[in-house]
Amino acid sequence: MRELHVSEITKEIKEMCIEANHFLSKDMDIAMKNALSTEKTPLGCQILTQLQENLQIAGEDMIPICQDTGMAVIFVEIGQEVHFIGGSLEEAINEGVRQGYTEGFLRKSVVGDPLIRENTKDNTPAVIHYEMVTGDKVTITVAPKGFGSENMSRVFMLKPADGIEGVKNAVLTAVKDAGPNACPPMVVGVGIGGTFEKCALLAKKALTRPVDSHSHIPYVKEMEEELLQKINGLGIGPGGLGGTTTALAVNINTYPTHIAGLPVAVNICCHVNRHVVRTL
Amino acid sequence: MDKHMHTPLTEEMAKELKAGDYVYITGTIYTARDAAHKRMQETLDAGGELPIDMKDTIIYYMGPSPAREGRPIGSAGPTTASRMDKYAPKLLDLGLKGMIGKGKRSKEVLDAVVRNYAVYFAAVGGAGALLSKAIKASEVVAYDDLGTEAIRKLEVENFPVIVVADCEGNNLYETAVKEYAVLSE
Repeated sequence: MRELHVSEITKEIKEMCIEANHFLSKDMDIAMKNALSTEKTPLGCQILTQLQENLQIAGEDMIPICQDTGMAVIFVEIGQEVHFIGGSLEEAINEGVRQGYTEGFLRKSVVGDPLIRENTKDNTPAVIHYEMVTGDKVTITVAPKGFGSENMSRVFMLKPADGIEGVKNAVLTAVKDAGPNACPPMVVGVGIGGTFEKCALLAKKALTRPVDSHSHIPYVKEMEEELLQKINGLGIGPGGLGGTTTALAVNINTYPTHIAGLPVAVNICCHVNRHVVRTL
Repeated sequence: MDKHMHTPLTEEMAKELKAGDYVYITGTIYTARDAAHKRMQETLDAGGELPIDMKDTIIYYMGPSPAREGRPIGSAGPTTASRMDKYAPKLLDLGLKGMIGKGKRSKEVLDAVVRNYAVYFAAVGGAGALLSKAIKASEVVAYDDLGTEAIRKLEVENFPVIVVADCEGNNLYETAVKEYAVLSE
């Protein structure tokens, strides 16, 4: 067994929260630059240029890219040969979020109860997804999620008879309804299969996949490409003010499902699609 | 068309602003988002007085990230305006002339914009670092306990916005999307 002190986790998560909110990952950075060179409308280009300036200011002056520094969504892949020492892993993760958001001048956007709505003042708790894997490493993905786009996300419990066309319509419907609210150009994470909650998790995880990657399943890859083209034909454009760049990528993850069902989740992310990955 | 304006935003000025205009605002604007709107509504329901005068005022739907030392404000981009739809018509009827946010509005809000000769502006969502540079001063003037959701008085200089809905009932989100949907076919 490899021993890993949980204070290591706290330290990494703190840094990752700050990094994610000030610097886009390489894949997103390239996608945003490419968008500026392919956008066909003058206003669309003007907005994409503003977003480039925004990214530059964020990095140079350490001002968060967006004021909505999100709820911290954290994926933890734990090698089954790792033994955590020094306390509770969950507390260590939340301590990292607490330190990152307070010391990093990030906005505290979490309320402790969904209806009483009192701010927890340190952006905890995080939403944490654990996964056991083989090996003795721990891989952490920090993906702060803003709610302008989260609010526009959807789950569709389709029927098997709805088939691939039903899935495509579901995605296009969600994107059309999201429109300007989701801060386009957006990234569209899609989960197909599993159960009600599994497809939502697949969609969320799809957003953490590099935007220049594709599914290794040939028909899914084709669907990713076709949907991206269709979404960019909707005319929503940067800022929702019209244009040819509505989405930067469609990432689809799939999973086996039940004979009676075809669950589809569409998790929409704005152009500040934040994800930082580190392996310990 | 590029335009420059100084607050307060009067009815005469609002009538000159058309959907699609790129406007640089200088002067005083106020922030308020979900929790502040809810509290203002409760105040009005109880027959009380609002903490800010709505007449010819512009409200920016925004909750900033904390300011680093020596800066007036942190990241400061717009939040989704539709969450304020429930409250906005009443404030417009009380004299509110401009709203800055992002995203679609309800028919009730758009009707109130026309009825009151007001304007709905969009700022670019997710450009909070850039937009913070146009904010020169920030001061909490009400509901301090709401943290980022408190009402702030901002002094802005050439704050860049786009007119989405004007007092003639034009809506850029609808017209532009239709136009470009054809372009990209």
